[in-house]
Amino acid sequence: MGKKEKVKKVKIGKLAKREARYGYIFIAPWLIGAVLFLIKPLIESFQFSLADIRMTPFGRRITFVGYENYTQIWLEDKDFPFMLAAYFLETLMSVPIIVVFALIIAMLLNGKIKFKGTFRLIFFLPVIIVSGPVMLMLTGQGAATISSINIQAIYNTLAIYMPNYLASAIADVFGNMIMILWYSGVQILIFLSALQKIDSSLYEAAKIDGGSGWECFWKITLPLIKPMVLLNAVYTVIFISNNENNSIINIIQSAMFAGNKGYGYASAMAWMYSLAETLIIGIVALVMLTRKDAYDKQVRKFRKEMRKEQRAIKRARRKGMRYAARVNKKLNKALKAAEPAEANKQR
Amino acid sequence: MGSREKDGLLKQIIVYALLICIGFVYLYPILYMISNSFMNLEDLLDTSIKWIPSSLYLGNYKRAILNMNYMSSFLQSIVVAGVPTLINVVVCAFVGYGFARFKFRGKKLFMGILIFSYIIPPQITMMPTYVLYADMKLVGSLWSFVLPAIFGQGLNAPIFILIFYSFFKQIPTVLIEAAHIDGAGYFRSFLRIAVPSAVPAIITVLLFSFVWYWNESYLTQLYVNGYFSDGNWTTLIVELKKFDTTYNPQLSMVVDGVYQSNNESIRMAATMLSILPVLLMYFILQRYFVESIDRTGITGE
Repeated sequence: MGKKEKVKKVKIGKLAKREARYGYIFIAPWLIGAVLFLIKPLIESFQFSLADIRMTPFGRRITFVGYENYTQIWLEDKDFPFMLAAYFLETLMSVPIIVVFALIIAMLLNGKIKFKGTFRLIFFLPVIIVSGPVMLMLTGQGAATISSINIQAIYNTLAIYMPNYLASAIADVFGNMIMILWYSGVQILIFLSALQKIDSSLYEAAKIDGGSGWECFWKITLPLIKPMVLLNAVYTVIFISNNENNSIINIIQSAMFAGNKGYGYASAMAWMYSLAETLIIGIVALVMLTRKDAYDKQVRKFRKEMRKEQRAIKRARRKGMRYAARVNKKLNKALKAAEPAEANKQR
Repeated sequence: MGSREKDGLLKQIIVYALLICIGFVYLYPILYMISNSFMNLEDLLDTSIKWIPSSLYLGNYKRAILNMNYMSSFLQSIVVAGVPTLINVVVCAFVGYGFARFKFRGKKLFMGILIFSYIIPPQITMMPTYVLYADMKLVGSLWSFVLPAIFGQGLNAPIFILIFYSFFKQIPTVLIEAAHIDGAGYFRSFLRIAVPSAVPAIITVLLFSFVWYWNESYLTQLYVNGYFSDGNWTTLIVELKKFDTTYNPQLSMVVDGVYQSNNESIRMAATMLSILPVLLMYFILQRYFVESIDRTGITGE
């Protein structure tokens, strides 16, 4: 038996090695690509951002300038810092709106509804046609704002209570309401498909225990789809950031070919931009991951109680054992005392 | 919420009202675009006409077609979106299978890099990549899209690799092991067993990759079209992006024999024309689009 096992083990080791080799072969194209189109450009782009790159008739002239590009962006550029701040604020504000809105629509669609397919078709439609130029055209011609929403009025009322830049950011969100809704197609479908996978017996059990729909949402639905909320939030950030409607990425592109800026300056801009994006994703993830929801609380409470109970049981058992031991002792004593007496009787 | 058997009538009405309202808001830009694209100049200036044009005026479309050089741009769009898409599907399936099926050292790290490569904005790697292409004389040719696709770095490739990954994970390994016992090699079992069972994932990736390449204009303009429009290729979306600057009233005079400067209706017609192909594709293949997310198992079990 032992020998057989040993032989088998050696074989598995060989197989594992071969499998690993084939694994590398299968991912080889991507691996090469990652080095060639991701890691190498990443390093180069960082080098670029510390250099001044000029096109000359004899090719590129690269001179190392240190942090000059960065200081130039922050101290001398008239637009970029403000646009970065606006991007930061607007994204942070749009993400919750989009995710919550997608969740609401998904829940509306998840019930027993006629024409469900048609509604799904409508809500997913923007995903197919949304692209920078189309959006620019539509917003440019006023197709993206329903004329009855008065943006200026919203701005004026908000401006009383808060600083101007915040008010204008919120007013922008309202002004581009349709566009924000248009960004939520994929998220709706992700939520919908997650909702449909929730076991309906959970709701039935909750209903028997007298849970209302509101409670069911907070204590069953939300905890179960929490991973999808995070996924959707991150997806939304990336989508907004890579969307061409985002003016920053266009500024970066035009800086690439501008005579007084060049690749170096544009690289520095790109680094600042991706830092901002990473920061937003970090904030989103932090908010999502640290907040304990009802489910977590319940579980922790339950565990605590279980531990308490177990301790109590142990204590009781120990107590019982001690008591039993005492009783035993007494009994033994009594028996021993009784034994000679009985022996005497028989005699 | 799922399993409520008896919804109150009032609740039903509220749900439908909400859905219809939101649905209208969703369709508003499209309806606006369609109605505007049929308006002639008088309708456009007439403030009493908001939605329904006085006549079905096709001049805007004719002008847009002429200015975008529609037929040739359309065919080029199909090539520019189609070729990288096909490569994307093949390579991403291959790589996704590698990640899903085999155990090897560094897998976690590579998966991390994969997700990381999706998160970082393309702008950050754009400059060195552009320099690389420029040195290889690939800017302005289709190669600048094909080359990264071959190496699994096409547009949104990380998403597609993850889709294939989660799909191939679901195939029981017993099936593939049985094939090995019957003497099939690793590539053979991939082609004969994994690929045929992954048809839903393949369709999803095919459609989305095509649509995303079709709608991409930022990178298309930079790499394929050339920033100074010196490339050999153009797409409808890029043409739409440049529509205002390239609009030529002289060219469009052919239509009614009148000079007409660029206006709202012509722009809307151009927008309509550039999304029409994908729109038609969406309505014909709607089932595959809408069910795609369910079938790829992104949301897990």
